[in-house]
Amino acid sequence: MDVRRFSRRRLLKYSLAGSSALLAPWLLAACGDDDDDEDAGAEADPEADPEADPEADPEADPEADPESTEELEPGSLIVYSGRSEELVGPLIERFRDETGIDVQVQYAGTAELAATLLEEGGNTPADLFFAQDAGALGAVAAEGMFVELPPEILDRVPERFSSREGLWVGLSGRARVVVYNRETVSESDLPASILDFTDSEWSGRLGWAPTNGSFQAFVTALRVLEGDDVARDWLEGIQANDAAAYSGNTQVVQAVIDGEVDAGFVNHYYLYRFEEEAGGEVAAANYWYRDGGPGALINVAGAGVIDGAEHQDEALQLLEYMLSDDGQRYFADETFEYPLASGIDADPRLAPLDEIETPDLDLSDLDDLDGTLQLLTDVGLI
Amino acid sequence: MLDLLWRDRTLTLLRNTVLLTAIVTTASVLISLPFAWLVQRTDLPGRRFWGIAGVLPLAIPSYVGGYAIIAALGPRGMLQGWLEPFGVERLPEIYGLTGASITLTALIYPYVLITLNAALRGIDPAYEEAARSMGYGPWRTFLFVDIPLLRPAIAAGGLLVALYTIGEFGAVSLLRFDTFTRAIYTQYTNAFDRSLAAGLALLLISLTVIVLIVEAITRGRARYYRVSAGGGRPVARLELGRWTAPALGFCALVVLLSLVMPLGVIVYWLARGLSAGEPLRLVWDAAWQSFYVSGLAALVAIVVAVPIAVLAVRFPGRMSATVERASYAGYALPGIVVALSLVFFGANYAPWIYRTIGMLVLAYTVRFLPQAVGTVRTSLLQISPRVEEAARSLGYSGPRTWLWITAPLARKGLLSGAALVFLTVIKELPATLLLRPIGFDTLATRIWGAASEGFWARAAAPALILIAVSAFAMIFIEGVGREREG
Repeated sequence: MDVRRFSRRRLLKYSLAGSSALLAPWLLAACGDDDDDEDAGAEADPEADPEADPEADPEADPEADPESTEELEPGSLIVYSGRSEELVGPLIERFRDETGIDVQVQYAGTAELAATLLEEGGNTPADLFFAQDAGALGAVAAEGMFVELPPEILDRVPERFSSREGLWVGLSGRARVVVYNRETVSESDLPASILDFTDSEWSGRLGWAPTNGSFQAFVTALRVLEGDDVARDWLEGIQANDAAAYSGNTQVVQAVIDGEVDAGFVNHYYLYRFEEEAGGEVAAANYWYRDGGPGALINVAGAGVIDGAEHQDEALQLLEYMLSDDGQRYFADETFEYPLASGIDADPRLAPLDEIETPDLDLSDLDDLDGTLQLLTDVGLI
Repeated sequence: MLDLLWRDRTLTLLRNTVLLTAIVTTASVLISLPFAWLVQRTDLPGRRFWGIAGVLPLAIPSYVGGYAIIAALGPRGMLQGWLEPFGVERLPEIYGLTGASITLTALIYPYVLITLNAALRGIDPAYEEAARSMGYGPWRTFLFVDIPLLRPAIAAGGLLVALYTIGEFGAVSLLRFDTFTRAIYTQYTNAFDRSLAAGLALLLISLTVIVLIVEAITRGRARYYRVSAGGGRPVARLELGRWTAPALGFCALVVLLSLVMPLGVIVYWLARGLSAGEPLRLVWDAAWQSFYVSGLAALVAIVVAVPIAVLAVRFPGRMSATVERASYAGYALPGIVVALSLVFFGANYAPWIYRTIGMLVLAYTVRFLPQAVGTVRTSLLQISPRVEEAARSLGYSGPRTWLWITAPLARKGLLSGAALVFLTVIKELPATLLLRPIGFDTLATRIWGAASEGFWARAAAPALILIAVSAFAMIFIEGVGREREG
């Protein structure tokens, strides 16, 4: 029988190896530290292995940078960041170095974090929500989860880039542009208005990202400025041109660079990331509409402070830092966005902010996302 | 609300989801059956290598795999670049059903392969020997003896693939194929509309129930363990002879498409980034955390799965069947639905566990328990209750019997289950992003952070480390599983 041939010693050896690997950090943490007060030991399942103590906070890792992975202390400022660590991590690092304030950041998608905040409600551990579009900030503000910001902060940024009620502030600007392939399209081929891309000469040549938040903000602007009928006609017209629907801006820009499509509707900065990664120019260029129409929309990445948060002062300090010259220069140089506080110039490849006549609407007007989604749903885009 | 659900688009979503699920499941079984048989039953050269390489695609996150496949096979992808000198301007569209099916099959067929490997190792060679001695050739033995014996394993693996496909988001959205899950994500992430998303999720659950019923029908009531006494011994491997080359070709093709190609694209991203001056960032702390939390989740999932599987196999009945099926609930649901409901639960009712590793492991267990239950159940089916009865009659207590008799006999199933959970958890994203302790980084969150912003070069290094860690874990598990074979 199998049983006879089975080597207990062998099994023991392997299970010992396995469990000691899992136990190691716990032991290390227990030896090296004394503030392991947080008991995560209660498992979903009471009969879970006693040795499987899930007390593995990051500090347990002997190699981890002690600064960035320190256990949550009562004094840490907690930021929910819908902007990725690749983009804003260094900025937050600088803030930490300069002020000595310990910041813990939870990075995830902007929309997912907004949904998380709404689910957590008053029990959220977050102090500050840093989002990459005004819509998500609007959704959280609408639930009454933000405090009103002080004028020192709001005054740093032109009114059109912040919440009307002062519940969130824009930190950097993101322009809607048309990205086109240099080899197949010249700038003069582009229509005078973004509304004219419905012309059949663009059939089979366009790419867009209908599920993307920035695109939807654009559609909302289109509805607010020109009315629902125009917006519907435009969407159906672009659909009739067989526009390829991609999952995000990055994919649209990639498709334009590859020549899969000739032009696409995106935010301006993705192109510069591709240039950076390619180490030089790529086969695509941006075109800015500056006519005050929906095509000239500039959206923002911004932030709001959570009502009832423990570390509101520190959160405000972080906002101030991001709006300082240093912070704004970071957005200009590293993320290729528009600095919104006055005095700092944008990257020279960008159309200057003061040359762009943005449409006459308040970003707070863009919170009618429901209407836009209804429209996108009706025409079958999402 | 009902109006919104009851529209043409819902029907389209339903049709798309069913179609994709059927294609991916069938294709996965068709690839895995011969692959597993070649590795387990023949003298295929390098079969140990193929055994590991064959399951590794599971370690490639679908959001990376999907992008890599577009980069390689897209209309103007790398393949087109190579073919350009021959006048190929554009490859046929990969987007839509075709691309989504190819990508998902390539990435998740190993669910069936792993289950089949375990089952083939567990089959009593006496069955095959009997068939051969009665004059069956290798083909007829495989078709009429092995395949019927493998039925529970095929069903269990197929079920994992089918339900995974239903709940998959990364690849289907990149390949622009509209399924329920994609629609649910869109509702959550754009509208913050949780009611419509919940409605769609309920529809998805009903779809899951239908799949589970189909699987239950294929299970039947047959016995899969040997009835009489007999020695456990290695199987006689079939000599492939002149079939060696085609067999190798088949394995190579599968591994090329599902593993080498995505790996190649990732290495290309890395090389291009490095040559453009990107620093190479080896995120060992994140790697260790990934390994740790995935290992923990695999352990917990097995510990939870065993009683469920024992109930289902040894005490079949309505009650135990319900318990077992209920464990599948979290699996087919899109990750974001499970994650957000746990956010709600944790933040409001269980603050002591919220944002701890414990919460993360709980989330993984809820999501991936069926992977462990399915494989453990399959291996228990191959153990005769007589063995346990014998142990009991010799004075072993129930738990002692289990620990020293059943568990060792079922260890291949336990290990396969652990491997499945490990490989799935290590790349899991939605729950990891939302529920991890603040500041806790894993390879998956690193990859996502870079890839979501289009920084492919920066995503490449952690992606390669993720695959390496998974390979290491697979080799370890494989080593334990092979213990008895020479």
